[in-house]
Amino acid sequence: MPENGSGRHVDWGRIFSDALLVGLGSTAAVYALTAVGLNLQFGYAGLMNYGQAGFLLVSAYGTAIAVDSWNAPLPVAFLVGLAAAVGLGLLLGIPTLRLRADYLAIVTISAAEILRIVANSRAAQGVTGGPQGIKQFAGAFFDWNPIPSGRYGVGTVAFSHRDLWVMSVGWGLVAIFSLVVRILMRSPWGRVVRAVREDEDAARSLGKNTFVYKLQALTFGGVIGGLAGILLVLDNQFVEPKNFESALTFFAYTALIMGGSGRILGPALGSVMFWCAVAGFQSFLREAIAHNLLGIGSVLDPADVGPTRFALVGLAIMVLMVSRPQGVLGSRTEVMLDE
Amino acid sequence: MSDPASVPVAVAPDVRSAREALEAVATEPGVAKPDPILVVDGVRRSFGGLLAVDVSHLEIQRHVITALIGPNGAGKTTLFNLLTGFDRPDAGAWMFDGRRLAGVPAHRVARLGMVRTFQLTKALARLTVLDNMLLAAAGQRGEHLLGAFVRRRWQEQERDNKRRALELLVDFGLDAKRDDPAGTLSGGQRKLLEMARALMVEPQLVMLDEPMAGVNPALVEALLDHVRRVRDSGRSVVFVEHDMDVVMSISDWIICMAEGRLIAEGPPEAVAADPAVIDAYLGSRHGERGG
Repeated sequence: MPENGSGRHVDWGRIFSDALLVGLGSTAAVYALTAVGLNLQFGYAGLMNYGQAGFLLVSAYGTAIAVDSWNAPLPVAFLVGLAAAVGLGLLLGIPTLRLRADYLAIVTISAAEILRIVANSRAAQGVTGGPQGIKQFAGAFFDWNPIPSGRYGVGTVAFSHRDLWVMSVGWGLVAIFSLVVRILMRSPWGRVVRAVREDEDAARSLGKNTFVYKLQALTFGGVIGGLAGILLVLDNQFVEPKNFESALTFFAYTALIMGGSGRILGPALGSVMFWCAVAGFQSFLREAIAHNLLGIGSVLDPADVGPTRFALVGLAIMVLMVSRPQGVLGSRTEVMLDE
Repeated sequence: MSDPASVPVAVAPDVRSAREALEAVATEPGVAKPDPILVVDGVRRSFGGLLAVDVSHLEIQRHVITALIGPNGAGKTTLFNLLTGFDRPDAGAWMFDGRRLAGVPAHRVARLGMVRTFQLTKALARLTVLDNMLLAAAGQRGEHLLGAFVRRRWQEQERDNKRRALELLVDFGLDAKRDDPAGTLSGGQRKLLEMARALMVEPQLVMLDEPMAGVNPALVEALLDHVRRVRDSGRSVVFVEHDMDVVMSISDWIICMAEGRLIAEGPPEAVAADPAVIDAYLGSRHGERGG
């Protein structure tokens, strides 16, 4: 078995297992859950929330601060975190959802950035830890891990008992909330929400208070994002402002659109695809540089792998979008009907 | 098999008497009606310096078809928007069925029984035809976020609504399309769907904004028949229309607006002969009519 690219040939098996390790891992679960929330907001209700990172942030910090500053037990801290997401949803939604759709986009992206900058600021350092963040607040979460120590998996695709615990909780939440969204979308509530996406004035003319439905969809999608934020910082045992840059929101959107926006399994599939692609291209570039495949080794330095993999992911997404603008699970007819 | 649209609805007696009562009404703008469902007082709306609507008094008779005509820019659609809560007037008040409506939001206006359609049809493109209909049903228990999870609380109501929706779709000749996305319908079919969907709300007054605009001429007669049937089933109808032949053939009463004001009203023959109407509206379009 060649190790660390020291063999004579490019190790495709290694590239494949590297892709799967990340594509099935806890990061992919966090993004999938983030995208389940976005799917409710954007895919079904048509709300342009570009500040989903802000919902993850308030829930993550809410949980960490409740443990760190108030010595709250972790389950109580989770409730504090989720309540913060509800608060943020109402705070952003009430003034903006009566206005045209673009205002929500502007307000959400600004709010998410403001929250991140405030969390990073000297003024908030006493509570948020500023750039140093808050560490070691989630010990109890790992004490609950029922999985015996060891490594689990097949061949090189194996996870520690710790990772497996986070992954199980993460993908479990993805499954539960995908099911919840499915139940909602098959109900009269979901019908009104989809009608709001299609034409808000038509829904109003038929007696639906569209403002309430938009506020509910925004807030509930934000709470699902909040759970993703809590999961992210539990996994790290560390919360810092850098976790919540706007790239997080846009990666989650990318995953949603790749998988299929307005499809129940779109977020989960899209997130697996996105992170498989990111890790797969990274592993491929490392191997290609080490073996000078197609002369890549003479053009790229190992330090270029990070940025180059994202360029390749971008290229792959462009190819996907040209051939399937509706995403993998979307319906082409529906996309064509979208005026 | 007979075309369901051609089966006549029994005309309710109060519909006939409402039409007969109109015969005694004077033909002057703002005249009082024997049994008004809608009474408008001093409604004004300006956009910048332009006074788009300035209606001092207007009454709409219950149980009849009232046409609202006037040249482009007369303020017909703006008046529709104001009365249905889609726009707010600078001044004025109006009563619908004895209830003050100024300041009431659009969705509440619809729930109170005044439902409008739009000049540019608003079919909910990615919802099926049946879902378009079901959406419109009022008072659905499954429309609450938490209620939605308890299926048995709303499934019986949903079944009843589905039955009523399918009856209406059969009536409007759209039952074969029930599972198609509404975005795949033709322009005329969308107008039919919008009308059927409005009836699903069970309104007392239906406000149709140019129901014949952009419809294939072959479908116009069927659409007109549906409008008549809406009236004969006991609902009141107000509609905006440009085509004078259409207006003359189905209206019980015509209201003519120009530059935001009422300039004439009366039965079709009287309005068609009114010099103010000919001057403001027919005169300017006389050459184009060709019929």
